[in-house]
Amino acid sequence: MEAATQMETVAADERARPHPWMRAGRWIAFLLVAGLIALLAWGVVKANNGPVNSGLAPDFTLTTFDGRAITLSQLRGQVVVVNFWASWCVPCRQEADYLERTWRKYQDRGVVFIGVNWVDTDKEARAFLDEFGITYINGPDFGTRIAQAYRIRGIPETFFVDKTGQLRGMKIGPFAPPELDNRIEELINEQ
Amino acid sequence: MLYDLGYFALLIAFILAVYSAAAGVFGAQTKRLQFVESARNAALVVFVLLTLCVLIVIYGLAMLDFNVAYVADVSSRAMSLFLRVTALWGGQQGSLLFWAWMMSGFAAAVMIRKWRRDRELMPYVIFVTMGTLAFFIGLTLFISNPFARLWHDPLTDEIVTALWPPKGMMVFTPQDGQGLNPLLRHFGMIGHPPTTYVGFTGFVIPFAFAIAALITGKAGEDEWIRTTRRWTLVAWLFLSIGLVLGGRWAYDVLGWGGYWGWDPIENAMLMPWLTGTAFLHSVMIQEKRGMLKVWNIVLIILTYSLSIFGTFITRTGVVGSVHAFSKSAMGPSFLIFVAVTFLGSLALMFKRLDTLKSDHELDSLLSRESAFLLQNLLFLGITFAVFWGTIFPMISELVTGTKITVGPPFFKQVTGPLFAALVLLMGIGPLFAWRKQATAKLGKSLLIPFAGSAIVTIIAAFAHWPRHPFPLALFGLWLVSLAALTTLFEFWRGARARMQSQGENFFVALGHLMWRNRRRYGGYIIHLGVAMMALGVVGDEFFKAETQGTVGVGESLAVENYTLRFNGLRQYPGSDGREIVEASASLYRDGEFVMTLKPRRDFFVTQQQPVTVPAVYSTPGADVYVLLVGWEDIGRDASTFKIYVNPLINWVWAGGITFIIGTLIAAWSSLDDKRAASYVIQPVVGQAASLSKV
Amino acid sequence: MTRKIVLSLLAIAASFMAVAVVYAQSGYPTDDDVNRVAKQLYCPVCPNTPLDVCETKACQDWRADIRDKLAAGWTDDQVIEYFVQRYGERVLAEPRRSGFTSFVWFLPIVSVAIGLVVLAQILRGWKAKRRAAVAAPTAQADDIPPEVLQRLEKELKKIS
Repeated sequence: MEAATQMETVAADERARPHPWMRAGRWIAFLLVAGLIALLAWGVVKANNGPVNSGLAPDFTLTTFDGRAITLSQLRGQVVVVNFWASWCVPCRQEADYLERTWRKYQDRGVVFIGVNWVDTDKEARAFLDEFGITYINGPDFGTRIAQAYRIRGIPETFFVDKTGQLRGMKIGPFAPPELDNRIEELINEQ
Repeated sequence: MLYDLGYFALLIAFILAVYSAAAGVFGAQTKRLQFVESARNAALVVFVLLTLCVLIVIYGLAMLDFNVAYVADVSSRAMSLFLRVTALWGGQQGSLLFWAWMMSGFAAAVMIRKWRRDRELMPYVIFVTMGTLAFFIGLTLFISNPFARLWHDPLTDEIVTALWPPKGMMVFTPQDGQGLNPLLRHFGMIGHPPTTYVGFTGFVIPFAFAIAALITGKAGEDEWIRTTRRWTLVAWLFLSIGLVLGGRWAYDVLGWGGYWGWDPIENAMLMPWLTGTAFLHSVMIQEKRGMLKVWNIVLIILTYSLSIFGTFITRTGVVGSVHAFSKSAMGPSFLIFVAVTFLGSLALMFKRLDTLKSDHELDSLLSRESAFLLQNLLFLGITFAVFWGTIFPMISELVTGTKITVGPPFFKQVTGPLFAALVLLMGIGPLFAWRKQATAKLGKSLLIPFAGSAIVTIIAAFAHWPRHPFPLALFGLWLVSLAALTTLFEFWRGARARMQSQGENFFVALGHLMWRNRRRYGGYIIHLGVAMMALGVVGDEFFKAETQGTVGVGESLAVENYTLRFNGLRQYPGSDGREIVEASASLYRDGEFVMTLKPRRDFFVTQQQPVTVPAVYSTPGADVYVLLVGWEDIGRDASTFKIYVNPLINWVWAGGITFIIGTLIAAWSSLDDKRAASYVIQPVVGQAASLSKV
Repeated sequence: MTRKIVLSLLAIAASFMAVAVVYAQSGYPTDDDVNRVAKQLYCPVCPNTPLDVCETKACQDWRADIRDKLAAGWTDDQVIEYFVQRYGERVLAEPRRSGFTSFVWFLPIVSVAIGLVVLAQILRGWKAKRRAAVAAPTAQADDIPPEVLQRLEKELKKIS
């Protein structure tokens, strides 16, 4: 009989005092859920973030199709136009001519055009360059690192970097004359 | 104007929903019943108003009123009336309204039911359902409104979407709409989204009951569980139907012979189903033994939370998916709602933990209780694996900066063994007695099914030996046959017992047996359906074959024992504004002609989108699934075909139908069931006086 | 109206361009070989679409790239590695089992294992409670009314 009452009191005690596991369990559960919410919050922010638009232009080194290595930060003092494209992208074809013409017009006036080839194959990319007679710097975005740094949403997207290396805006979609000329003129005429 | 009416109806619905939630709580706290009654009535009015809104949108879609931005977005002149109506849930705004409408329907249904012993819960059930509903209506009203219209600015030549006329702009009505995404123009569109939405929104009711039970301190009693079980069953049934329909639709349309892609949003649909299944089983333990009260609350909160999580990631685009809606601005507000729901329910549950204490006693590790608990563990393990795989790309990107893909190979390898264990448990679990299962008796029950399954496996091994000696596949086959045979054996044993005691013949005995124990034998039919689906999965996973090749007219492509001979190509315009290129090919099996297949490729001119339409030859043994992948642009002399041979795939669909029939049988309650009591005899003092009935 | 016709013709022409240019099937690498490699990769552009089924022009270019590399003698693994270097780790259908991504693999397995241990502990605890309750005999079999017992006997006879 003694044993029985003892068991009963122990059982009653157990029910009164929450097991130490339980207390820790509560905090762990809250932390996990809070962590998930934080992760989702980050996801929402990221989903709503547009491409980079201002501040210092993210630096990168591009290995061109001819094997040269070009680093953005070494182009300070010049206006840089960074254009993301791919051979399979139809609007990119629409602006290709205009881009090349504008490049030739401004290449001696301190402007550099860089074409970043995004998720494309070498063969098709080179064919595209040949087809439109593109002469400005072009290279593949290895590992899509540059695209991720600029947070592009699609192609074509073009970013403008001024002489001090600051990002001065961007454009989503293909260019039609005279928009590109105008934007370059603005940036050239600054000091 | 009609759409202004719609807007106002939506606005009033929102206000009433907020009022209803507030009045419910206020009435309960201050014990003024008239407020609770008023809240209840408000809930019914909300349903009527939302029905009006839905009808207005459908009208706009049917009448092709392109001035409404949503109509211009999802419908077009080329679409049939049927498709136009289904476009109600084809885009973000419409589907959000549809979701809110379904939820209000459930809320109204729960208001008009007879509240007997759970009257105290009602105000809080109203609070939770109407509060949630208010959120969704709010999203529709303020962020993603289906009644917004198109306006044209004559100065800048821009087209703007707005609810009210912006200054200086004129009404704009485009000539034609964009039309529904071609992939959605399929019969599956009428079935899959509505059933899935019923499933998701339906879970709000058991959740509301759980929360109400926690708040009122009545979570330790059985009443709410009994009520909850019915609603959960309905929601779960529809979600099951939705999942099977979605799989079938994907199989028909997506052109890669698969029915489940482990896409983040597909996973989001699967997870509430998994925890819901765990809940439906675990509830039996609470009913029979009074145990696991905390666990059941956890399960129901988890199920609802996962369904909210699912709709969150679908609508906010935090994970990339083929199913995602176009982005909108609802991310932040939705996130707050998610946070409040998750953290709030968690906090409430911990606060009320003391009301949930139950006496947990276990006689033997070999008992039905243990089997159920193991099953719960497996289901939750699978849910966690799927959840983890779905959010891990986000975590990886956050921590390391690199984007990764967690695709089907991961999910199959991680959840496969767990599913296999579940199938095994599903077969032998019902043989376990409550409290304590005698091992000898278990062995005896298993003997025949075990032998049968071994024989089946050996036969299968020899039948396929020359081609596919996969030990894993054979193991899967053995598991499935064991589960199926064990379940069938239960029918046999039960019927035989009746034959012996009642003198009925086999079929009458079987009929009576099933009729009198609908819950149990409905459950067995569900298990049988699962075994059939598992058979289809094993066949398709392990024995699938494919080939791709280019052939000229008269030439053939071969795979397994099938040959496909290309006959020719033709092109013609189709309905819905598409251009069709169709190939004609003859299928031979073992040299004998079977049928002519016509795989085609439709090109939707407006959307600039091609859709591949497969041609399929279906038998219980396998599907031969043929796709037209390409053709030479000069002349039509050669075409590229892709052929999939999907063995046993039709068992997935047959199993799905069986599953649903079983659920309907199990859910069918009657007076008989209510009177047939199952007595729990516990030699504990005092308990005998209140024998719990089920 | 004419604009529509021209547009549709252009679109149809474009669709022909978008369709795979058909290669002569002259041996290695066959379409099946290409698909074998493509199956292990995901389209870098479209969400959650395996490379062997994706129908966009970009995917066709990639499959052509795989074909060229296989024809040049690359092994499957080399081609896959090239794709990963070129397009990032997200082209892999299956996450790597090394580095940070190994975390995605072992956490579910570990948690199921932990779950089993926890479950065993819980069950054992319940069993102990049961034994204790049985040891302290508070059972009163007479609590059950005799009519109920009689009915029970009858029902049990029926079904056994």
